[in-house]
Amino acid sequence: MKIINYISHLVIPMFILFVVVYGFIKRVKIYDSFILGAKESIEIVLRIFPYILAIFVAIKSFQASGAFDFVKNLFSEVFKIFGVPQEVVAIALIKPLSGSASIAVFTDIIKTTGVDSLATKISAVIMGSAETTFYVLAVYLGAINIKKTKYLVPVCVLSDIIGVIIAIIVVKLLLK
Amino acid sequence: MNIIWFLLLTTSVVFSIINNKLEDFTKSIFDATKQAVEVSLFLLGIIALWLGITKIIEDSKLIYHISKFFSPIISKLFKRIPKEHPSITSITLNLLANFFGLGNAATPLGIKAMKDLQTLNEDKETVSFEMMLFLVINTASIQFIPFTVVGLLSQYGSKSPNSIVLPTIIATIISALIAVVNLYTFKFLFERKNKQKL
Repeated sequence: MKIINYISHLVIPMFILFVVVYGFIKRVKIYDSFILGAKESIEIVLRIFPYILAIFVAIKSFQASGAFDFVKNLFSEVFKIFGVPQEVVAIALIKPLSGSASIAVFTDIIKTTGVDSLATKISAVIMGSAETTFYVLAVYLGAINIKKTKYLVPVCVLSDIIGVIIAIIVVKLLLK
Repeated sequence: MNIIWFLLLTTSVVFSIINNKLEDFTKSIFDATKQAVEVSLFLLGIIALWLGITKIIEDSKLIYHISKFFSPIISKLFKRIPKEHPSITSITLNLLANFFGLGNAATPLGIKAMKDLQTLNEDKETVSFEMMLFLVINTASIQFIPFTVVGLLSQYGSKSPNSIVLPTIIATIISALIAVVNLYTFKFLFERKNKQKL
Protein backbone atom coordinates (compact mmCIF):
# COMPACT_ATOMS: atom_id res chain seq x y z
CA MET A 1 0.00 0.00 0.00
CA LYS A 2 2.83 2.39 0.87
CA ILE A 3 4.47 1.72 -2.48
CA ILE A 4 1.24 2.42 -4.36
CA ASN A 5 0.82 5.58 -2.32
CA TYR A 6 4.36 6.64 -3.16
CA ILE A 7 3.85 5.98 -6.87
CA SER A 8 0.71 8.07 -6.88
CA HIS A 9 2.60 10.92 -5.26
CA LEU A 10 5.28 10.51 -7.90
CA VAL A 11 2.95 10.78 -10.90
CA ILE A 12 2.45 14.57 -11.05
CA PRO A 13 6.05 15.67 -10.31
CA MET A 14 7.46 13.18 -12.84
CA PHE A 15 4.90 14.15 -15.46
CA ILE A 16 5.71 17.86 -15.10
CA LEU A 17 9.45 17.16 -15.13
CA PHE A 18 9.10 15.09 -18.29
CA VAL A 19 6.96 17.68 -20.11
CA VAL A 20 9.25 20.57 -19.21
CA VAL A 21 12.48 18.72 -20.09
CA TYR A 22 11.00 17.43 -23.36
CA GLY A 23 9.83 20.91 -24.34
CA PHE A 24 13.20 22.39 -23.45
CA ILE A 25 15.08 19.84 -25.58
CA LYS A 26 12.71 20.52 -28.51
CA ARG A 27 13.59 24.22 -28.15
CA VAL A 28 10.07 25.29 -27.22
CA LYS A 29 9.78 28.54 -25.28
CA ILE A 30 8.19 26.62 -22.43
CA TYR A 31 7.55 29.64 -20.22
CA ASP A 32 5.74 31.51 -23.01
CA SER A 33 3.74 28.43 -23.95
CA PHE A 34 2.71 27.91 -20.33
CA ILE A 35 1.50 31.50 -20.00
CA LEU A 36 -0.43 31.28 -23.26
CA GLY A 37 -2.19 28.10 -22.15
CA ALA A 38 -2.87 29.37 -18.63
CA LYS A 39 -4.49 32.52 -20.02
CA GLU A 40 -7.35 30.46 -21.44
CA SER A 41 -8.41 29.50 -17.91
CA ILE A 42 -9.88 32.93 -17.13
CA GLU A 43 -12.30 32.68 -20.03
CA ILE A 44 -13.28 29.11 -19.09
CA VAL A 45 -13.92 29.89 -15.42
CA LEU A 46 -15.97 32.99 -16.29
CA ARG A 47 -18.09 30.79 -18.52
CA ILE A 48 -18.66 27.97 -16.01
CA PHE A 49 -19.18 30.20 -12.95
CA PRO A 50 -22.96 30.72 -13.47
CA TYR A 51 -23.43 26.96 -13.91
CA ILE A 52 -21.57 26.18 -10.69
CA LEU A 53 -23.59 28.83 -8.88
CA ALA A 54 -26.91 27.47 -10.16
CA ILE A 55 -26.04 23.94 -9.06
CA PHE A 56 -24.83 25.02 -5.62
CA VAL A 57 -27.88 27.19 -4.92
CA ALA A 58 -30.28 24.39 -5.85
CA ILE A 59 -28.47 21.72 -3.83
CA LYS A 60 -27.78 23.80 -0.73
CA SER A 61 -31.36 25.01 -0.48
CA PHE A 62 -32.64 21.46 -1.07
CA GLN A 63 -30.62 20.32 1.95
CA ALA A 64 -31.46 23.32 4.15
CA SER A 65 -35.21 23.15 3.55
CA GLY A 66 -35.47 19.61 4.89
CA ALA A 67 -36.50 18.26 1.48
CA PHE A 68 -33.36 16.13 1.40
CA ASP A 69 -34.23 14.50 4.74
CA PHE A 70 -37.73 13.78 3.46
CA VAL A 71 -36.44 12.01 0.35
CA LYS A 72 -33.89 10.18 2.49
CA ASN A 73 -36.58 8.81 4.82
CA LEU A 74 -38.68 7.78 1.85
CA PHE A 75 -35.84 5.71 0.41
CA SER A 76 -34.79 4.21 3.76
CA GLU A 77 -38.07 2.29 3.84
CA VAL A 78 -37.27 0.75 0.46
CA PHE A 79 -33.72 -0.06 1.54
CA LYS A 80 -34.99 -1.70 4.74
CA ILE A 81 -37.00 -4.21 2.69
CA PHE A 82 -33.82 -5.37 0.95
CA GLY A 83 -31.82 -5.57 4.17
CA VAL A 84 -29.56 -2.67 3.33
CA PRO A 85 -28.49 -0.38 6.19
CA GLN A 86 -30.51 2.86 5.99
CA GLU A 87 -27.41 5.02 6.40
CA VAL A 88 -26.45 4.07 2.85
CA VAL A 89 -29.38 6.13 1.52
CA ALA A 90 -27.77 9.40 2.54
CA ILE A 91 -24.51 8.63 0.75
CA ALA A 92 -26.27 7.32 -2.36
CA LEU A 93 -28.31 10.51 -2.66
CA ILE A 94 -25.59 13.02 -1.81
CA LYS A 95 -22.68 11.61 -3.82
CA PRO A 96 -24.00 12.60 -7.30
CA LEU A 97 -24.72 16.10 -6.00
CA SER A 98 -21.77 17.25 -3.94
CA GLY A 99 -18.25 16.00 -3.31
CA SER A 100 -17.55 17.87 -0.08
CA ALA A 101 -20.97 17.07 1.41
CA SER A 102 -20.52 13.38 0.61
CA ILE A 103 -17.25 13.28 2.56
CA ALA A 104 -19.06 14.85 5.53
CA VAL A 105 -21.87 12.28 5.30
CA PHE A 106 -19.33 9.45 4.96
CA THR A 107 -17.42 10.44 8.11
CA ASP A 108 -20.75 10.73 9.89
CA ILE A 109 -21.61 7.15 8.89
CA ILE A 110 -18.20 5.96 10.17
CA LYS A 111 -18.80 7.69 13.50
CA THR A 112 -22.36 6.45 14.03
CA THR A 113 -22.14 2.87 12.74
CA GLY A 114 -18.46 2.07 13.36
CA VAL A 115 -15.54 1.99 10.96
CA ASP A 116 -15.87 -1.69 10.04
CA SER A 117 -19.66 -1.86 9.79
CA LEU A 118 -21.57 -3.00 6.72
CA ALA A 119 -22.99 0.51 6.25
CA THR A 120 -19.49 1.98 6.21
CA LYS A 121 -18.23 -0.58 3.71
CA ILE A 122 -21.10 -0.07 1.28
CA SER A 123 -20.76 3.70 1.62
CA ALA A 124 -17.02 3.45 1.00
CA VAL A 125 -17.56 1.56 -2.24
CA ILE A 126 -20.24 4.04 -3.36
CA MET A 127 -17.86 6.90 -2.53
CA GLY A 128 -15.16 5.32 -4.67
CA SER A 129 -17.26 4.14 -7.59
CA ALA A 130 -19.66 7.08 -8.07
CA GLU A 131 -18.91 10.58 -9.29
CA THR A 132 -20.39 13.99 -8.48
CA THR A 133 -22.42 13.65 -11.66
CA PHE A 134 -24.38 16.91 -11.67
CA TYR A 135 -21.35 19.02 -10.89
CA VAL A 136 -19.35 17.33 -13.66
CA LEU A 137 -22.19 17.77 -16.16
CA ALA A 138 -22.66 21.45 -15.27
CA VAL A 139 -18.97 22.27 -15.45
CA TYR A 140 -18.05 20.25 -18.54
CA LEU A 141 -21.08 21.28 -20.59
CA GLY A 142 -20.97 24.86 -19.34
CA ALA A 143 -17.34 25.20 -20.38
CA ILE A 144 -18.28 24.78 -24.04
CA ASN A 145 -21.74 26.38 -23.97
CA ILE A 146 -23.77 23.27 -24.72
CA LYS A 147 -27.47 23.96 -24.22
CA LYS A 148 -29.19 20.89 -25.64
CA THR A 149 -28.21 17.72 -23.81
CA LYS A 150 -30.48 15.21 -25.61
CA TYR A 151 -30.71 12.04 -23.50
CA LEU A 152 -27.50 12.58 -21.50
CA VAL A 153 -29.10 13.45 -18.13
CA PRO A 154 -31.48 10.44 -18.00
CA VAL A 155 -28.58 8.14 -18.93
CA CYS A 156 -26.43 9.55 -16.11
CA VAL A 157 -29.22 9.40 -13.51
CA LEU A 158 -30.12 5.82 -14.45
CA SER A 159 -26.45 4.80 -14.40
CA ASP A 160 -26.01 6.37 -10.95
CA ILE A 161 -28.96 4.40 -9.58
CA ILE A 162 -27.66 1.13 -11.06
CA GLY A 163 -24.19 2.02 -9.73
CA VAL A 164 -25.51 2.15 -6.16
CA ILE A 165 -27.27 -1.21 -6.55
CA ILE A 166 -24.09 -2.77 -7.92
CA ALA A 167 -22.03 -1.35 -5.05
CA ILE A 168 -24.44 -2.92 -2.55
CA ILE A 169 -24.40 -6.29 -4.30
CA VAL A 170 -20.61 -6.38 -4.64
CA VAL A 171 -20.07 -5.55 -0.98
CA LYS A 172 -22.67 -8.10 0.15
CA LEU A 173 -21.00 -10.80 -1.95
CA LEU A 174 -17.34 -9.99 -1.24
CA LEU A 175 -17.36 -8.52 2.28
CA LYS A 176 -19.58 -9.70 5.06
CA MET B 1 -31.21 20.22 -16.53
CA ASN B 2 -34.11 22.70 -16.73
CA ILE B 3 -36.51 20.23 -15.18
CA ILE B 4 -34.08 19.11 -12.48
CA TRP B 5 -33.28 22.68 -11.45
CA PHE B 6 -36.96 23.58 -11.39
CA LEU B 7 -37.82 20.56 -9.24
CA LEU B 8 -34.97 21.14 -6.78
CA LEU B 9 -35.81 24.81 -6.22
CA THR B 10 -39.59 24.53 -6.03
CA THR B 11 -39.53 21.56 -3.64
CA SER B 12 -36.98 23.41 -1.53
CA VAL B 13 -39.22 26.45 -1.13
CA VAL B 14 -42.30 24.32 -0.43
CA PHE B 15 -40.44 22.21 2.14
CA SER B 16 -38.94 25.22 3.85
CA ILE B 17 -42.47 26.59 4.31
CA ILE B 18 -43.82 23.26 5.64
CA ASN B 19 -40.84 22.69 7.95
CA ASN B 20 -40.78 26.32 9.03
CA LYS B 21 -37.21 26.64 7.75
CA LEU B 22 -37.56 29.77 5.63
CA GLU B 23 -34.64 31.41 7.40
CA ASP B 24 -32.43 28.39 6.70
CA PHE B 25 -33.46 28.47 3.06
CA THR B 26 -32.45 32.10 2.61
CA LYS B 27 -29.20 31.59 4.47
CA SER B 28 -28.38 28.51 2.39
CA ILE B 29 -28.72 30.26 -0.98
CA PHE B 30 -26.36 33.01 0.11
CA ASP B 31 -23.93 30.45 1.50
CA ALA B 32 -24.16 28.68 -1.83
CA THR B 33 -23.15 31.78 -3.79
CA LYS B 34 -20.14 32.22 -1.53
CA GLN B 35 -19.16 28.59 -2.05
CA ALA B 36 -19.60 28.90 -5.81
CA VAL B 37 -17.15 31.81 -5.84
CA GLU B 38 -14.65 29.88 -3.73
CA VAL B 39 -14.86 26.78 -5.90
CA SER B 40 -14.55 28.85 -9.10
CA LEU B 41 -11.49 30.67 -7.81
CA PHE B 42 -9.95 27.35 -6.84
CA LEU B 43 -10.78 26.00 -10.31
CA LEU B 44 -9.26 29.08 -11.94
CA GLY B 45 -5.92 28.25 -10.37
CA ILE B 46 -5.77 24.58 -11.26
CA ILE B 47 -7.25 25.02 -14.72
CA ALA B 48 -4.61 27.66 -15.47
CA LEU B 49 -1.86 25.34 -14.26
CA TRP B 50 -2.95 22.33 -16.30
CA LEU B 51 -3.81 24.25 -19.45
CA GLY B 52 -0.35 25.80 -19.21
CA ILE B 53 1.22 22.37 -18.98
CA THR B 54 -0.88 20.95 -21.84
CA LYS B 55 0.08 23.94 -24.00
CA ILE B 56 3.74 22.92 -23.58
CA ILE B 57 2.75 19.38 -24.58
CA GLU B 58 1.11 20.77 -27.71
CA ASP B 59 3.91 23.16 -28.68
CA SER B 60 6.65 20.57 -28.19
CA LYS B 61 4.76 18.13 -30.47
CA LEU B 62 4.78 15.65 -27.59
CA ILE B 63 1.03 15.56 -28.17
CA TYR B 64 1.52 13.55 -31.39
CA HIS B 65 3.49 10.85 -29.61
CA ILE B 66 0.90 10.55 -26.86
CA SER B 67 -2.03 10.42 -29.27
CA LYS B 68 -0.24 7.97 -31.58
CA PHE B 69 0.36 5.66 -28.63
CA PHE B 70 -3.18 5.81 -27.23
CA SER B 71 -5.24 6.39 -30.35
CA PRO B 72 -5.75 2.66 -31.08
CA ILE B 73 -7.47 2.26 -27.68
CA ILE B 74 -9.36 5.55 -27.69
CA SER B 75 -10.53 5.28 -31.29
CA LYS B 76 -11.99 1.84 -30.52
CA LEU B 77 -14.31 3.64 -28.13
CA PHE B 78 -14.66 6.90 -30.03
CA LYS B 79 -14.97 5.67 -33.59
CA ARG B 80 -15.66 9.01 -35.23
CA ILE B 81 -12.65 10.91 -33.87
CA PRO B 82 -9.98 11.23 -36.58
CA LYS B 83 -6.50 9.89 -35.81
CA GLU B 84 -4.03 12.46 -34.40
CA HIS B 85 -6.86 14.76 -33.34
CA PRO B 86 -5.92 16.68 -30.14
CA SER B 87 -9.00 15.35 -28.33
CA ILE B 88 -7.43 11.88 -28.24
CA THR B 89 -4.62 13.24 -26.08
CA SER B 90 -6.85 15.27 -23.78
CA ILE B 91 -9.27 12.35 -23.32
CA THR B 92 -6.33 10.03 -22.56
CA LEU B 93 -4.78 12.44 -20.06
CA ASN B 94 -8.14 12.98 -18.34
CA LEU B 95 -8.80 9.25 -18.00
CA LEU B 96 -5.27 8.67 -16.70
CA ALA B 97 -5.68 11.49 -14.16
CA ASN B 98 -8.95 9.93 -13.01
CA PHE B 99 -7.34 6.51 -12.88
CA PHE B 100 -4.62 7.72 -10.53
CA GLY B 101 -7.15 9.63 -8.43
CA LEU B 102 -5.74 13.04 -9.35
CA GLY B 103 -9.04 14.90 -9.21
CA ASN B 104 -7.38 18.32 -9.43
CA ALA B 105 -5.76 17.47 -12.74
CA ALA B 106 -8.72 15.54 -14.10
CA THR B 107 -11.20 18.44 -14.22
CA PRO B 108 -9.06 20.86 -16.29
CA LEU B 109 -8.02 18.07 -18.66
CA GLY B 110 -11.66 17.01 -18.97
CA ILE B 111 -12.67 20.57 -19.89
CA LYS B 112 -9.86 20.59 -22.44
CA ALA B 113 -11.19 17.33 -23.87
CA MET B 114 -14.67 18.81 -24.15
CA LYS B 115 -13.26 21.87 -25.96
CA ASP B 116 -11.37 19.60 -28.37
CA LEU B 117 -14.50 17.52 -28.97
CA GLN B 118 -16.44 20.72 -29.62
CA THR B 119 -14.19 21.43 -32.64
CA LEU B 120 -15.58 18.21 -34.20
CA ASN B 121 -19.17 18.99 -33.26
CA GLU B 122 -21.48 20.09 -36.06
CA ASP B 123 -24.15 21.75 -33.93
CA LYS B 124 -22.28 23.80 -31.30
CA GLU B 125 -25.28 24.08 -28.98
CA THR B 126 -26.15 20.39 -28.93
CA VAL B 127 -24.10 17.75 -27.18
CA SER B 128 -22.41 15.28 -29.56
CA PHE B 129 -22.45 11.53 -29.06
CA GLU B 130 -18.68 11.53 -28.44
CA MET B 131 -19.14 14.10 -25.67
CA MET B 132 -21.86 12.02 -24.08
CA LEU B 133 -19.72 8.89 -24.23
CA PHE B 134 -16.80 10.76 -22.69
CA LEU B 135 -18.98 12.20 -19.90
CA VAL B 136 -20.60 8.85 -19.15
CA ILE B 137 -17.22 7.12 -18.84
CA ASN B 138 -15.99 10.06 -16.81
CA THR B 139 -18.87 10.07 -14.31
CA ALA B 140 -18.40 6.36 -13.76
CA SER B 141 -15.00 7.49 -12.37
CA ILE B 142 -12.66 4.62 -13.07
CA GLN B 143 -10.16 4.86 -10.27
CA PHE B 144 -7.19 2.73 -9.34
CA ILE B 145 -7.14 3.44 -5.60
CA PRO B 146 -9.83 5.49 -3.86
CA PHE B 147 -7.32 7.43 -1.76
CA THR B 148 -9.71 9.73 0.08
CA VAL B 149 -11.89 6.87 1.26
CA VAL B 150 -9.03 4.58 2.25
CA GLY B 151 -7.43 7.52 4.04
CA LEU B 152 -10.58 8.24 6.03
CA LEU B 153 -11.05 4.56 6.94
CA SER B 154 -7.52 4.19 8.29
CA GLN B 155 -7.78 7.52 10.07
CA TYR B 156 -10.76 6.22 12.03
CA GLY B 157 -8.91 3.02 12.92
CA SER B 158 -10.31 0.49 10.48
CA LYS B 159 -8.82 -3.00 10.82
CA SER B 160 -8.39 -3.36 7.06
CA PRO B 161 -8.93 -0.09 5.19
CA ASN B 162 -7.66 -1.70 1.97
CA SER B 163 -10.36 -4.38 1.94
CA ILE B 164 -12.67 -1.99 0.10
CA VAL B 165 -10.22 -1.42 -2.77
CA LEU B 166 -11.05 -4.56 -4.74
CA PRO B 167 -14.86 -4.24 -4.34
CA THR B 168 -14.58 -0.59 -5.40
CA ILE B 169 -12.65 -1.47 -8.56
CA ILE B 170 -15.09 -4.27 -9.44
CA ALA B 171 -18.13 -2.07 -8.77
CA THR B 172 -16.63 0.76 -10.82
CA ILE B 173 -15.86 -1.40 -13.83
CA ILE B 174 -19.30 -3.02 -13.85
CA SER B 175 -21.12 0.30 -13.46
CA ALA B 176 -18.96 1.93 -16.17
CA LEU B 177 -19.85 -0.88 -18.57
CA ILE B 178 -23.53 -0.63 -17.72
CA ALA B 179 -23.42 3.16 -18.14
CA VAL B 180 -22.00 2.75 -21.66
CA VAL B 181 -24.68 0.14 -22.46
CA ASN B 182 -27.33 2.56 -21.14
CA LEU B 183 -26.00 5.29 -23.37
CA TYR B 184 -26.13 3.09 -26.48
CA THR B 185 -29.64 1.91 -25.56
CA PHE B 186 -30.87 5.48 -25.22
CA LYS B 187 -29.15 6.40 -28.48
CA PHE B 188 -30.95 3.53 -30.21
CA LEU B 189 -34.35 4.52 -28.74
CA PHE B 190 -33.79 8.21 -29.45
CA GLU B 191 -32.87 7.64 -33.08
CA ARG B 192 -35.81 5.29 -33.63
CA LYS B 193 -38.17 7.89 -32.20
CA ASN B 194 -36.71 10.53 -34.52
CA LYS B 195 -37.14 8.25 -37.52
CA GLN B 196 -40.79 7.70 -36.69
CA LYS B 197 -41.33 11.46 -36.62
CA LEU B 198 -40.01 11.73 -40.17
